[in-house]
Amino acid sequence: MFDLATVAVDAALSAGARYADARIMIVRYESMSAKNRVVEGLSQTETAGIGVRALIGSSWGFQATPELTVAAARRAGERATEVARASARVSGAPVDLSPVPVIEASWANPYDVHPLDDVGIGERADLLVEVTGAIADGGVPLAQASHQIWDTEKWFASSEGSRIDQHLVECGAVIDATAIGDGETQRRSYPGVRGQFGTRGWELVRELDLVGNGPRIAEEARALLSAPQCPEKTTTLILGSEQMALQIHESVGHAIELDRILGWEAAFAGTSWLDPAQLGSMRYGSDLMNITADATLPGALGSFGYDDEGVPAQAVDIVKDGTWVGVLSGRDSAPLVGLESGGMVRADGAARLPMVRMTNVGLLPGDSSLEAMIAATDDGIYMDTNRSWSIDDKRLNFQFGCEIAWEIKDGQLGQMLRNPTYTGIGPRFWASMDMVGGPDEWVFWGTANCGKGQPIQVGHTGHPSVPARFTDVRVGVR
Amino acid sequence: MAWDPDTDPVAPRGLSTCDRVLELVDGRADALVTCGQGTNALTRFANSHIHQNMAGDDHHVRLRIVVDGGRIAQATTTRVDPDSLARLVESTIAAAHLCPPDPEYPGLAEPAAVVQVDHFDPETAAASPDARAEVVADFVGAGSDLESAGYCSTEADTHVLCSTTGLRYASRSTMAQIDAIHRAPAVDGPPTDGYAQTTSSRLSDLDGGRVGEVAAAKAAGGANPIELSPGTYEVVLEPRAVAAMLLFPAYLGFNGKAHAEGTSFAHLGEAQFDERITLWDDGTDPRSLGRPYDAEGTPKRRIDLIAGGVTVGLAHDRRSAALAGVGPTGSSIGQESFGGYPGDLFLEAGDESLEQLIGSVERGLLVTDFWYNRILDPKTQVVTGLTRNGLFLIEGGEVVGPVQNLRYTQSVVGALGAGHVLGLGNDAQLVGNEGGIVHVPSLRLRSWAFTGGAQG
Repeated sequence: MFDLATVAVDAALSAGARYADARIMIVRYESMSAKNRVVEGLSQTETAGIGVRALIGSSWGFQATPELTVAAARRAGERATEVARASARVSGAPVDLSPVPVIEASWANPYDVHPLDDVGIGERADLLVEVTGAIADGGVPLAQASHQIWDTEKWFASSEGSRIDQHLVECGAVIDATAIGDGETQRRSYPGVRGQFGTRGWELVRELDLVGNGPRIAEEARALLSAPQCPEKTTTLILGSEQMALQIHESVGHAIELDRILGWEAAFAGTSWLDPAQLGSMRYGSDLMNITADATLPGALGSFGYDDEGVPAQAVDIVKDGTWVGVLSGRDSAPLVGLESGGMVRADGAARLPMVRMTNVGLLPGDSSLEAMIAATDDGIYMDTNRSWSIDDKRLNFQFGCEIAWEIKDGQLGQMLRNPTYTGIGPRFWASMDMVGGPDEWVFWGTANCGKGQPIQVGHTGHPSVPARFTDVRVGVR
Repeated sequence: MAWDPDTDPVAPRGLSTCDRVLELVDGRADALVTCGQGTNALTRFANSHIHQNMAGDDHHVRLRIVVDGGRIAQATTTRVDPDSLARLVESTIAAAHLCPPDPEYPGLAEPAAVVQVDHFDPETAAASPDARAEVVADFVGAGSDLESAGYCSTEADTHVLCSTTGLRYASRSTMAQIDAIHRAPAVDGPPTDGYAQTTSSRLSDLDGGRVGEVAAAKAAGGANPIELSPGTYEVVLEPRAVAAMLLFPAYLGFNGKAHAEGTSFAHLGEAQFDERITLWDDGTDPRSLGRPYDAEGTPKRRIDLIAGGVTVGLAHDRRSAALAGVGPTGSSIGQESFGGYPGDLFLEAGDESLEQLIGSVERGLLVTDFWYNRILDPKTQVVTGLTRNGLFLIEGGEVVGPVQNLRYTQSVVGALGAGHVLGLGNDAQLVGNEGGIVHVPSLRLRSWAFTGGAQG
């Protein structure tokens, strides 16, 4: 495959590019879903192709083709340069690529059980049928379960001489129970609303004990229908680690993407409230806030060996003791703020242009625990499992809903509450974080559906997180 | 002259690919196969220059196999060489045999008449990166003292669908879009954005300069916005905001499967909306874009969803239709687990200009766009999101100034309920939302609940 990629790169250079790279990707994907003991959807996809980037002056071009032939690779290289030349009609500031060593390497994530090759499709289907049966037996009308599996091989070649191949195996699953009442529905999901995904094999799904958790979520969904509404007030809020993962993703992860900060996403995904001039000095949150972007965490969904610009995976400090110190960046964005690439540029397949994406953006553990937080709270609410998420285009003003909540009175969990929501402004909210869960509660949550870019790309991101407590939060917004 | 797929430069390759796949199935299963061929290109700009510029070719085959009357597997590949197609067929048949049966399997569609709508423009299909860059240059130039961002895109699709039940359909379509903002610097605070767009089957319909002037004027008028207290306001929603509002009713309400499962708000035969609201889905309308048949090969047709405020119809694929005891409506997206989706929505327009709608408002807000809209509950259709790309205060029938963006939390069904629709614009147009392309006018609504300001 490297020969084919090299043909594309050489064709781009011959056509006038000053830099070019090519990615060949072959992706096997499976999604399967079941509802009420019936497998309603099985889709398997094999996608192959070459994507070529070419740079002329300060202008990029990209061309993709699904054909893995020498002729098609050459044509893609030439066309990428033609597209770059068209970009130059409306050109911008000079582009300096962040330096990267010439790398020749292979990388693969470890796994115990290959989800496609070592597990029969019948076994995968039987699990979904069994777990939806377990949920349905809990007395809810809608019991759902699904899994997704990716097997990705990619070969990267650049005009600077790098040759890198990688093999990633990723999978995960989700189940949910929906109870239907008069005029509203209540849902409980496990292990989270987006499930749990990682760069691991089928052992990840087996460890989730989906069948064992089915009856519990069914019972909670039914109980929510008759639970009182979450009151509207300003109070102390404790978030479980799954909701914390969403909080980190939306109000930190996207805000620290350097392409957003630089305005490159202004018309669609949006910009960021962060000002590069304040990097290293601005308070993002309380002293307990320590956020890293670590693409080297074993098994986490945002882990890899090298990004799609051939830059090695890195662990980067983003917020240290409450101060904003880092961004997510790539080779063309990092130099614009005086940095080197953080190795965070990836594409959703060979047919898409690589762009800045989250790796594993997560909150480092503190020294508390969920139990200790509840015990230390006289009056508050504990929420978990994301239900809805909305945040403004600068990643500042958010309103999130959770599936379930409990009131906290005098250090004890009280009654269950339905339709819990909370709202806030990012830095004020993070500044109010006064207790953070410990290492025993650190979970590497994986989000397999992060949308960004035009055409839209779906990214895989990881969010290590722990439960945390926040003060003076407005809850119950309706 | 009607398009003839057999003499088309692209379609015959798709037809022969589908024929080859059905030959390989060789009577061992029921099968439906599609082949898509085309191009997609998107020229993206920000900070007033082109920063991401991509083009790609598409060629894929999708195969749906059914054995034993209900064991189903579906597979897609971009590898269309003979060996890969043979592997596709064998692996999909094997997967189907290992899957549990679906007792609700309705069978493959039988041949039926398809309305042949040709949404295809050869010049758009062959559009060069220079042609897209020219549209971008015109947009950027229309606001020379402003920053701009957005994209110009072109797509072409030639699609073939064949089955063991005798389906043999072909279609072709193109789409071109300019969708962008100008950004006006503010004296104190972040820049303010003004948005405009055009969507068409023809690139030649995209006037980058004119769209840029609209966006630039809106951006300039939005500078230095005031902060307004959250609360309930009368609103005039421009088409982009209307399109965003209709996403969740379409996705989770008029979906026949959601209705059968009890999670939809829809009650057929009930006057759930204002009598001024008439909504339908019609992939055969010349103004729509896309294919005249759905993913299962059911011909598209007009589906009345709301007639004079009364909920009258649902979008079905074959499975949800069978569960409901009705016929499919041509609304399959190829995922039976999802159900039917009305992907070619039309909201009936009125006879008032946008200026007239604004002129009738004593005090309210003009909303250009809604952003990051998320549903809280499908039955109540309560949605939260934020305004974006231009929010303006209306007083005494006139726009008096820009307002900082607000968060809303509002039931869409409630907002369109009886007595709540005060005016319908005559400016219906194709506009995109997260679910596709819809054809909608501006709307004047009695109330919309804004629940938070930009500062919380």
